[in-house]
Amino acid sequence: MSLAITTNVTPQQNWLERLGAGHIILAVALMLYPLVASDFFLTQIGGYSLIFGMLGLSLMLLAGYGGMVSLAQITVAGISAYAIAILGNNNSNILGFGWPWWLAVPFAVLAAALASALIGWVSVRTEGIYTIMITLAIATATYYFAQQNYAIFNGHSGYTGIRAPAFWGIGWRDARPFYYLCLGLAVLSYAAVLYGSRSTFGMTLQAIRDNPRRMRALGYHVTAHKVFAWLLAGVIAGLAGVLLVWFNGRVSPGTIGVDAAIDVLIIAVIGGLRHPIGPFLGAVVVVLMQTFAIDIVGAERFNTLIGMVFLVIVFVSPDGILGLWGRIKPHLAQESLRPGQ
Amino acid sequence: MRMHRRTLLALAVFTGLTAPSMALAADDTIKIGLLATFEGPFTVLGEDGERGAMTAVAEMNGTVAGKKIEIVKGSSDASPDSAVRAARKLVEQDGVKVLVGPLSGDEGIAVKDYAKTQPNVTFINGTSAAQDTTLRDPAENFFRFSTDGAQWMAGLGTYAFNDKGYKKVATVAEDYSFPYTQVFGFMAEFCKAGGHVPSKSWVPIGNKDFSSVIAAIPEDVDAIYVALGGADAVNFLTQYQQGGGSAPLIGGSITVDQTVLTSKGKLKDVLKGTPSAGPTADTNDAPAWKAFVEAYKKQPGAFPSPSLFAHGYYVDMKATLLGLDQVGGDVSDGGKKLRDALSKLSFDTPTGKVSLDKNRNAIADIFLTEVTEGADGNLMNKLVKVVPQVNQTLGIPEDEFMKLGAVNRDNPSCP
Repeated sequence: MSLAITTNVTPQQNWLERLGAGHIILAVALMLYPLVASDFFLTQIGGYSLIFGMLGLSLMLLAGYGGMVSLAQITVAGISAYAIAILGNNNSNILGFGWPWWLAVPFAVLAAALASALIGWVSVRTEGIYTIMITLAIATATYYFAQQNYAIFNGHSGYTGIRAPAFWGIGWRDARPFYYLCLGLAVLSYAAVLYGSRSTFGMTLQAIRDNPRRMRALGYHVTAHKVFAWLLAGVIAGLAGVLLVWFNGRVSPGTIGVDAAIDVLIIAVIGGLRHPIGPFLGAVVVVLMQTFAIDIVGAERFNTLIGMVFLVIVFVSPDGILGLWGRIKPHLAQESLRPGQ
Repeated sequence: MRMHRRTLLALAVFTGLTAPSMALAADDTIKIGLLATFEGPFTVLGEDGERGAMTAVAEMNGTVAGKKIEIVKGSSDASPDSAVRAARKLVEQDGVKVLVGPLSGDEGIAVKDYAKTQPNVTFINGTSAAQDTTLRDPAENFFRFSTDGAQWMAGLGTYAFNDKGYKKVATVAEDYSFPYTQVFGFMAEFCKAGGHVPSKSWVPIGNKDFSSVIAAIPEDVDAIYVALGGADAVNFLTQYQQGGGSAPLIGGSITVDQTVLTSKGKLKDVLKGTPSAGPTADTNDAPAWKAFVEAYKKQPGAFPSPSLFAHGYYVDMKATLLGLDQVGGDVSDGGKKLRDALSKLSFDTPTGKVSLDKNRNAIADIFLTEVTEGADGNLMNKLVKVVPQVNQTLGIPEDEFMKLGAVNRDNPSCP
């Protein structure tokens, strides 16, 4: 898998220039979005897209920079979601240690990150399609384990009655605060991935992706770098898992099923793996389609429509929506053909 | 400038979201949400549920209290998360004030929990039949005119023990709240009559390979009680037959339902003579049932006889429409009048009189049946006996019934 990563590093820029006009406009638009959107569009579309965007981002980090396609990102998110249910409060009368959120959240994210590193450690011995296979196996096994284990996962019904915390006088599951919470964490993850991709570690990871044997010959510890990438991806997926369980107020094996695992992959592929913004674009498209396709074609065939749209996107542009944009851009503006600024 | 252009696209996409289409229903139409499983392992069941609901709508000629009925559909894949997500979309985006659904057990419990956060919306069950949807911690605005899975088993345990002479029975059921409820209903009577259940197998929904389950069934049982639905039932029965299994079967309500009986293959010989119980019987002679079957058959893709999902959705949709008719289609008061009307509603369905108890759960007739081959070669559930007016506590006084505890994998037990 060779994907070109665009890095426009120009020395001596002030921070505003480095941020770029696009980012600023986007940030302002996202900040102002709650003024025009209904509660449904704020959480069920906005918040949900941001959460799945973060999941896609964690996959994009692995696949785009590390060349490792994982189907287990939803599993990692599920681990932190279940951890929140188990460490905090739930009303399923099972476990529920009642820890406050500020203790439960770090532990949940840590658990997710460690689980992700473990999955990574197992799967970095493989390459390409075998990584997909092994992570799919892990995702499926976890799903069935959660489905049938009652002591920890509470079986098919999972945990219900999980509340987002309320502090500073704000109920964080109310539409607007929850949207900003998702937005904040998504922006943080996005910025971290963007920054990380240009850091020494990010560059090394991309080099390992392109030629692991040469990097090994140069003295780099290839496995350690890859596992560390899994750990970082696990932190992002873990945060998304926390948001997901607060969003749903519940978690059950259905949340981490194979369908959901494939959704995350679709989101990343539809959006494009070349840049961290891709998964968020993909998430918006996928969430909108899954929510409204039933209104367009009725209950019998709406999944066919969803599949067709995804097929068309990938057919027209193998790089997803990002690639689509890259393709029409030259026609729109000639100057973008010139390198740099 | 690359980044700039790219983000502009994102911007365009996001601005597209800022135009919420809160299409409010016009005064002369009334929106009813219909939530069923149009995807996943229970798709066939969900589609038949829809046929049942549409039969009720067609009976009213598509209008109630002079207003046109507009059905907005929502789809789940039988997982509680997807059911709540679909319900949220119907309520919060499409603005329905009345919602009929969902189809399966854990979905019902999840939607009931969601109902508590939407006190101004009236929720009427589809066919979800877990006991705890209404028995424990019920929601004020959740109504179930279809009965629950334990009620559906009324009469079966006694019949299996006394008339069929089965003393030892193994159970195979899906691993979630509805089959727990069914096994509970069967065992409540069967164990009381003196029977034993040495082995209970719980399999996940959508299981494909049943070989380990079949191997685990003890050799010396007199019969196997099977509570599996849709594709799961077909897969299990086929594999059990291919594996040379020969023990007679006792069917859960949805195991010998039309959704399974109409499946192609050699299942006929296995299924013939299987006793079961449920809210419907195919050979019911009552004129009201026959009229219902005729009306149902007008729906596209209908089975030779309506499944219990068609029946359940029909009864719940019918109750909804009768309630709406009583209040003149007026839900502008947050549905308070409608809920009052529904609580008091008692009406004749194709399967007898239905009324609600204090938890808003139905009291209705249950049918003891046995699978036979009809004149046209189709398998049918032949009516053996009607158990009249079964309530949620199965005729046991409520405080005593609550002491039996919540249904789960291990409760009840009589090895």
